[in-house]
Amino acid sequence: MIVPQQAIVAPLLSVQGLTISVRDRGVVRPLVSNLSFDLRPGETLAIAGESGSGKSITSLALMGLLPANVSVTSGQLLLNGVDLARLPETRMRPLRGARIAMIFQEPMTSLNPVQMIGAQLTEAIRAHEPVSQAEAKVAAIEALRQVRISEPARRMRQYPHELSGGMRQRVMIAMALALRPAVLIADEPTTALDVTVQREVLDLLRDLQAKTNTAVILITHDMGVVAETADRVIVMQSGRLVEEGTAAQIFAEPRAAYTRELLAAVPRLGAGAERAAPVPPEAPIPIARLTKASVHYDVGANFFGRPTHRVHAALGVSFDIRPGETFGLVGESGCGKSTIAKALAGLVPHHGLIEIGGKPTSSLKAHERKALRRDIQMVFQDPMAALDPRMKVGDAVEEPLVIHRIGTPAERRARVEDLFRRVGLSTEQMSRYPHEFSGGQRQRICIARALVLRPKLIICDESVSALDVSVQATVLALLQELKDEMGMSYLFISHDMAVVENVVDRLAVMYLGQIVEMGTRDQIFGNPQHPYTQRLLDAVPIPDPARRARDYLRPSGEPPSPLHPIGEAPTLADLIDIGGGHLVAKS
Amino acid sequence: MAGYLFRRVLQAALILLGVSFITFVLLYVLPADPVRQIAGRSATQQTVENIRQQLGLDQPLLVQYGRYLAGLVQGDLGRSYLQRTEVSTLIASRLPASLLLMAGGILCELVIGLTLGVIAALYRGRPLDQGLMVTSFVAVSAPQFVVGLLLLYVFAVQLGWFPIGGYGTAAHLVLPAVTLGIMGSGWYSRMMRSSMIEVLRQDYIRTARAKGLTRGRILFRHALPNAILPIIAMIGIDIGIFMGGIVVVESVFGWPGIGQLAWQAIQRVDIPVIMGVTMVSAGFIVLGNLLADIVTPFIDPRIKMR
Repeated sequence: MIVPQQAIVAPLLSVQGLTISVRDRGVVRPLVSNLSFDLRPGETLAIAGESGSGKSITSLALMGLLPANVSVTSGQLLLNGVDLARLPETRMRPLRGARIAMIFQEPMTSLNPVQMIGAQLTEAIRAHEPVSQAEAKVAAIEALRQVRISEPARRMRQYPHELSGGMRQRVMIAMALALRPAVLIADEPTTALDVTVQREVLDLLRDLQAKTNTAVILITHDMGVVAETADRVIVMQSGRLVEEGTAAQIFAEPRAAYTRELLAAVPRLGAGAERAAPVPPEAPIPIARLTKASVHYDVGANFFGRPTHRVHAALGVSFDIRPGETFGLVGESGCGKSTIAKALAGLVPHHGLIEIGGKPTSSLKAHERKALRRDIQMVFQDPMAALDPRMKVGDAVEEPLVIHRIGTPAERRARVEDLFRRVGLSTEQMSRYPHEFSGGQRQRICIARALVLRPKLIICDESVSALDVSVQATVLALLQELKDEMGMSYLFISHDMAVVENVVDRLAVMYLGQIVEMGTRDQIFGNPQHPYTQRLLDAVPIPDPARRARDYLRPSGEPPSPLHPIGEAPTLADLIDIGGGHLVAKS
Repeated sequence: MAGYLFRRVLQAALILLGVSFITFVLLYVLPADPVRQIAGRSATQQTVENIRQQLGLDQPLLVQYGRYLAGLVQGDLGRSYLQRTEVSTLIASRLPASLLLMAGGILCELVIGLTLGVIAALYRGRPLDQGLMVTSFVAVSAPQFVVGLLLLYVFAVQLGWFPIGGYGTAAHLVLPAVTLGIMGSGWYSRMMRSSMIEVLRQDYIRTARAKGLTRGRILFRHALPNAILPIIAMIGIDIGIFMGGIVVVESVFGWPGIGQLAWQAIQRVDIPVIMGVTMVSAGFIVLGNLLADIVTPFIDPRIKMR
């Protein structure tokens, strides 16, 4: 449905009947089928969909960057009336970066690591404009200023690894917009970024777009991001368009069943409050208790090779996990949440006291430590990396039993079969290899592997972060069911505040290695006290176009460093109880 | 940086100490008797014993080694048993020829290896790539004396393009350098191919393409500098392999370097010369690796010296 005032403006980009196919061992299979849409100057069109929907491959086709075995088999990609799909490389190259530019998902790997930022920027300018190096440099510094990077002239001489992820994505945006392209394709531009950085980058994109009248195609799986930025939305599934409309329409009255499912699966802040389960009571012996636990790494070297600096990855962290409880640990990358998980599992050395089932871990003998490992299991973020690609998944799930010499082969087999059924897989799938499964299925396998030793505590380190929202919802439901049935505790680590609100009983918010706020879910989400917690909550995109917030306008520097000279430990903030066990750091 | 260098030099000294001890012990337990070589077959038992005493070879192993080490730290490599000359003089007169040969060999293997590796990567999976990889496999597996003799036969004897052997002009250098470099070029082409393929699928190459850069610029400014990084550390290790290679190549081509010197010394159990060549070679290997490590941070800004 097209709103009348938009229909007057001729489309800048018109995609008609686009079909993109992959040729794999002689078999041609369509990835995108008969896709049509228009893009008008200055508008933001979101292409939303889950993995495999064909949204990214569509953007690569627009750029003329399809992989060698993938090609446009029919349809047209008209940019100002010129069909990009039929353009030879010699005529496509001058358009790329100048008329139609792109930014990618992974800012950490999208810049050349051995070239200075400045060289990469000026190169992009000089590839299209007949200007001198000095003129290009002036333009590049101006482009960096436009994306609100602090000290742009100095950044020109820095290498990508010296900048944070958010800064690198700003550099990518500066590079893409330096030549004022008519169309900017942003492929999951904020997916790899922390939520507060995501907020800054989205606002930046919106401001620059308003200033330059660039048309933006935003490709994303995140309906919250769609709601906050898009004018119009295309929903794709398995290479087909399932729904098209304005953002308001799509969110208020989705027509396609798939869109409705997608929206229903999106975790929303505030939704957790409806789940009024009581917080498990304190027990005489907690499952795990940390008392002023710290982890640090030494770096740098002086003349004698001794370290000069110390990274305080976690500092004076104290909390306990009650039986049957889901305890959340939230914060942005580098805040120390995963470090605490590793210390708890005995994977990194720590200072301070960590007790598991009332026993301090540091005083255990070797066999006791092995027994302890049975009680704590982990489920990681990337299920593909966490499974041995050459091991059948049934064997992978059975392996912990073999290592701990539990049961006869027949008993083990029976337990593994039972678990496969329990996590929603069939026992026939046990003899397959990891690559034959989808991401969600692989994570189910990892959960089965964690459960096989009947642990008392499962550490879920960003376990659902890499999954599509619909899959994420089913895996979260599975975790909840398993807990209700078996009664273990979870330590649930996540950067996603909406997911955390939906699953945890109590939680701690971490910043720069320290806990800044801790309490029950209702205390933290209903009455956030620490400024960092508030900022974290404010930054979460809301999947409702009617509630767009915009007020973050500040230049970006580097976040504070957890690196300190040896001997100068950072100050430990005191936690004060403001009532009912709600602890807040004094700032 | 200063601290790093200091520690690395200290490390190098320890490595050289270890090499000297192991080589010394090996030569000591060798059944061949150097004194018999010096004295000749007709010498009396008395003469043999005199010479043995004169050279200090009647002393216990540790005393002998201690004396050698004492000389070594003062830069004294001892005297040749057979040539009546200082070992250092012998090596100094032979070293330039060997260094020239090694430089030629390294140049040869890098130019051939890296070029073919890049071409193979760009034509990945196509017949040209497969052909090049079979060739490189042959280059890696062919023994150097076979390659040397083959090149001599074809280019010197049959075609007469290059001299058969000897030393002096640039033409003399070509065949020995190619022989020395051909094995390494096989290794480098394979390494460069896989490194290049890895780099070509990196996100920053996609970024470079999205910027609208030409193919040439993407290749030379973005792909090559990244692909070559893992190769640099290899060049340091290569010097060690070359030290073995020059013994064979110098013998085949009659090249007057330290390889030939070592070969003659081994045949005649001239222990001070063997020790001397070993120590100098070890020194170069250690130095090569050290240089590779020092150069890397200048090319890869992510690496810092510790």
